[in-house]
Amino acid sequence: MEDRIYLDHAAAMPVRPEVLSFGRQFPDGFAGNPSTLYREGLLAQEAVSGAREKVAALIGASAAESIVFCSGATEANNIAVRGAALRNKKSGKHVVASAIEHISVLNPAKDLQKTGFSLTLAPVDRYGTIDLDALGTAVTPETVVTSVHYANNEIGTIEPIREAAEIVHDRGGLLHVDAADAAGRMPIDVERDGIDLLTLSGNQLGGLQGTGALYIRPGVRVQPVLVGGGQERGLRPGTENVVGIACMGEAARLAKEEMPGESRRLAAIRDRLISGVTSVEEAYLTGHPTERLPHHASFRFSRIEGESIQLAMDMLGIAVATGSACTSRTLEASHVLLAIGLAHEEAHGSMVATLGRGNSVDQVPRIVGAVEETVKRLRAITPL
Amino acid sequence: MKNLADQIGYSQKVMEHFMNPHNVGVIENPDGYGKVGNPVCGDLMEIFIKVRDDVIEDIRFRTFGCGSAIATSSMVTDLARGKTLDEAMKITRDDVATELEGLPPRKMHCSNLAADALHAAIEDYREKQKKG
Ligand code: FES
Repeated sequence: MEDRIYLDHAAAMPVRPEVLSFGRQFPDGFAGNPSTLYREGLLAQEAVSGAREKVAALIGASAAESIVFCSGATEANNIAVRGAALRNKKSGKHVVASAIEHISVLNPAKDLQKTGFSLTLAPVDRYGTIDLDALGTAVTPETVVTSVHYANNEIGTIEPIREAAEIVHDRGGLLHVDAADAAGRMPIDVERDGIDLLTLSGNQLGGLQGTGALYIRPGVRVQPVLVGGGQERGLRPGTENVVGIACMGEAARLAKEEMPGESRRLAAIRDRLISGVTSVEEAYLTGHPTERLPHHASFRFSRIEGESIQLAMDMLGIAVATGSACTSRTLEASHVLLAIGLAHEEAHGSMVATLGRGNSVDQVPRIVGAVEETVKRLRAITPL
Repeated sequence: MKNLADQIGYSQKVMEHFMNPHNVGVIENPDGYGKVGNPVCGDLMEIFIKVRDDVIEDIRFRTFGCGSAIATSSMVTDLARGKTLDEAMKITRDDVATELEGLPPRKMHCSNLAADALHAAIEDYREKQKKG
């Protein structure tokens, strides 16, 4: 059997071997709790503060203390949206999110409605780019938090963050940016971009699953979502995941160092893949044609369904993702695909390929061949 | 290594029918035609039948849907072929699922679709007979 080709890096990234061996430097039987003052504790403290510096450097944050480690992007999004909204509710009880945010932003935002907040979803155009005029209307002086992701993980579109920041700051609110998919793949500078809160995923950088971080601009006030001890400035109480944090730091360092070359390499594979797949009959790119993540290629095929595509591709040894209703737990079509204006049955035929280190340009012909075969087979069965 | 089919919970049989579905296609001027949409996820299935002496002599289908929807349509057409109309009316979604060595619970609604499309085709035939 031919080697498998993994094209679902948006779902999970393989942990980088360099990161794993960095994590192994901790001596066997390592029992360091950063809150303790004896030698073991100091070792742990150093590991965590070293990681904080590396993560801060990746996103252009000058103060390492602005980084709070937590269990992943979902938790960071929750602390950002909920914690910042609740802490600042005296200035207003309104939050805004783009309509295509990750569910870990949308759900805490919706949840805030139960405590008297109102929520406005800002629309995007057919490429998934946020409509800045509509954002300007949605955000008012009552808006405490506005959440716009750096880039979308289903369609790859990169958002105009600096423009969004201007709008939000003009009205006195805070801008939260979920950069779980963008960080390490494109240069991010929280200070230049005007970002108040920024979500990071450890795994998306090549670190362990179950690790993440939230950047909080110095001076921005956030209240804890989880209450307990004083770790991570009280925003993430509980003994730190020391090895996980150390690994995330190392992954951030490697990502920053290798980003220019690796992003260029991935973008070249992406572009070959896009031109190959979109030459299949009735196959279309979803998301923005140029303003897109370097590792991200997403498509839709008319008249066929995504789970079937995914299943058939898997039989041919290729792992891809889909936003089809048939694969979702709720059997609802992806909110992202509907928000960019696709009809329900169009959203059905989606296929997402996200690239990583294991992919090369040599794989493109086999991938495109598998897509052709799959599409042809399924179209022969379809009544549409 | 486990593949995606195992992860979703598709049996070997489901995958055989998904990869090589039986009775795909259309029948020109069918004696009966049934088309149903899946209200749950929005998918679509159609079945064509040719009837002689009250027996389903030929049957074809086309499906827009997931792996389970394709496998259940293939299976229901296998089950119905050669049966009398009364026998075919008695084929249930559970029969289809059982013949496929089971379906994951969240996919049972797709087998409804297959049984419903078959029954709709038979009813269409009977309607036409009545009208003569
Ligand atoms: S056809 Fe949509 S879940 Fe089976």
